[in-house]
Amino acid sequence: MTVRFFIPRDAAAIAVGADEVAAALAEAATAAGRTIEIVRTGSRGMMWLEPLLEVESHGVRHGFGPLDVGDIAGLVATGLLDGHSLAVAGHPKSVGPVEQIGFFARQTRLTFARCGVIDPLSLDDYRAHGGYVGLEQALGLGGAGIIDTIAKSGLRGRGGAGFPTGIKWKTVHDAEGARKYIVCNADEGDSATFADRMIMEGDPFLLIEGMTIAGIAVGATKGYIYVRSEYPHAIATLKTAIGIARKAGLLGTNVAASKQTFEIEVRTGAGAYVCGEETALLDSLEGKRGIVRAKPPLPAHKGLFGCPTVINNVLSLAAVPFILSEGAKVYADLGMGRSRGTMPIQLAGNIRHGGLFETAFGMTLGDLVDDVGGGTASGRPVKAVQVGGPLGAYFPRALFDTPFDYEAFTAKNGLIGHGGITVFDDTADMAKQARFAFEFCAIESCGKCTPCRIGSTRGVETIDKIIAGAQPESHLALVTDLCNTMKFGSLCALGGFTPYPVMSALTHFPDDFRRAKRLPQAAE
Amino acid sequence: MPEATAEETARTIAAEHGNRPDELIEILHDVQLALGYVPEAAVPALAHALNLSRAEVHGVVTFYHDFRAKPAGRHVLKLCRAEACQSMGGEALVERAESRLGVACGETSADGRVTLEPVYCLGLCATAPSAMIDGRIVGRMTADRLDALLKEAGA
Repeated sequence: MTVRFFIPRDAAAIAVGADEVAAALAEAATAAGRTIEIVRTGSRGMMWLEPLLEVESHGVRHGFGPLDVGDIAGLVATGLLDGHSLAVAGHPKSVGPVEQIGFFARQTRLTFARCGVIDPLSLDDYRAHGGYVGLEQALGLGGAGIIDTIAKSGLRGRGGAGFPTGIKWKTVHDAEGARKYIVCNADEGDSATFADRMIMEGDPFLLIEGMTIAGIAVGATKGYIYVRSEYPHAIATLKTAIGIARKAGLLGTNVAASKQTFEIEVRTGAGAYVCGEETALLDSLEGKRGIVRAKPPLPAHKGLFGCPTVINNVLSLAAVPFILSEGAKVYADLGMGRSRGTMPIQLAGNIRHGGLFETAFGMTLGDLVDDVGGGTASGRPVKAVQVGGPLGAYFPRALFDTPFDYEAFTAKNGLIGHGGITVFDDTADMAKQARFAFEFCAIESCGKCTPCRIGSTRGVETIDKIIAGAQPESHLALVTDLCNTMKFGSLCALGGFTPYPVMSALTHFPDDFRRAKRLPQAAE
Repeated sequence: MPEATAEETARTIAAEHGNRPDELIEILHDVQLALGYVPEAAVPALAHALNLSRAEVHGVVTFYHDFRAKPAGRHVLKLCRAEACQSMGGEALVERAESRLGVACGETSADGRVTLEPVYCLGLCATAPSAMIDGRIVGRMTADRLDALLKEAGA
């Protein structure tokens, strides 16, 4: 029997040499005159092990990683091409059965159930692992039935705002409009987040199915996926997958032999972070500058080209097929408080075991960082973690008992955002991080509202004065006041949330802002 | 590149996109792919083809970080400067690249070989710091890897 090997085609794996490892393995097999099968999968999400090579033996996949091209010869000499054996298991890079690795085994992988397991572009694989069961259910339920199921599941927008998906869909369903649209926000610009990218590269049919269900639910026949240009692999995989789905009759007219029509188009962003904001994204999709729109009107009433539009994050749409196929209750039974279901959490930055960890809401920040993530990669103490991307707050260890839940993070003056956690060790200077938050806002501001456009630049200047030791107390008061203005006076979350990283750094790490020797006042 | 060619290229690409104004960003990506940048001369040509004002097209070209007003160096090295890469020493790599190339981030080396650019997240945040050279992504960057990439680029 042909031995099957699996190596990710995920960008994170490719960036650390997965293509080279796959090529070396293929070459070694050819040299040995052996026929093997190499399946390029998505990533399991255990990024510290990438490139992770898996070999199948009696239905169990054994892993080796992180591999280097140089490891292949040794593995082959030990008998890797024959499949898994005791000898190969003794290799220093052996990690054992992949699904028994603690990081993986502890997860509740609903959205990421197939990611890293199947060939992302094989419809047969997708179907064999439960794909398109959700769509089948959806076709039976019809619009109102689908929306009712989504509402009962408690699903909330995974892009960050946490708005109930069922309500959004119902609003678009009930809105008058000759045309309606489904827009998928795949402008995953937050540092520390890569879950959208992993789904698009590792299980693209899941997103296609989720969008199709959304289209049927609200009566939209056209969908757009707006992907950032920094994700060329995701764009290529999505476009190929859409072509395959169309050919198989799962997109286009008579979706899955029904009377429904649904088409999807992929659009590429152009390096503007603010386009992750939903109304700026809509303007960008229309071919304009990504300028934030004032709300109301809500996109659900007047969205893309002025038509009622569902705009959802990749993860929200990717959660839909499971909810339809397994039922709202199975999903809603997971989680805590008003945060139901699972959240794909991304552990990033200076972390030993970084990657994607999907789990029910409610796990504490400390468990995620220390226990699951294993602390820092540098081995130094954790100083701070930023949760929710560049607009998220910095949390000190003292707040590590905060459970991962929308409301719990809000109560601690933070946000979970898109579920990214960046870990910093004790060498981090939080005054510099606060400065960067303002600087990033200044670079990426769309310029429409004054607090964001001007406030961000004034913020950088003021923090610079604090770092230089010029009247730190009065300038700190000024920064606090500025943050207040930005928080309440900005049009969207870019200007409105930049105060989170700034104020959290100020509040939890005050010493970092008072390091400089005070300059005499005359030096001002 | 003679001006007429840029205009012609822009018109051809716009036509391939059905002269649809909502496809302007896709069109600009294609223009840049073909010409290496978005020349000034392409702006009125696109405006005419898409029935937009020159100001509208200019506004879009200048709004998005991806579009260049002048050609880049032979190689483009993008270093991620977002938080996850910062936490793994990404800023030290930026400083190193700047001093090696004798440029500030965002500039092209005097010999025209390498353009150094910031990027805010490549989505490789658990294998930080990250870089992209001529479209190829590289994770777990170190000073040695940076030097090797620069050497590859002939800098």
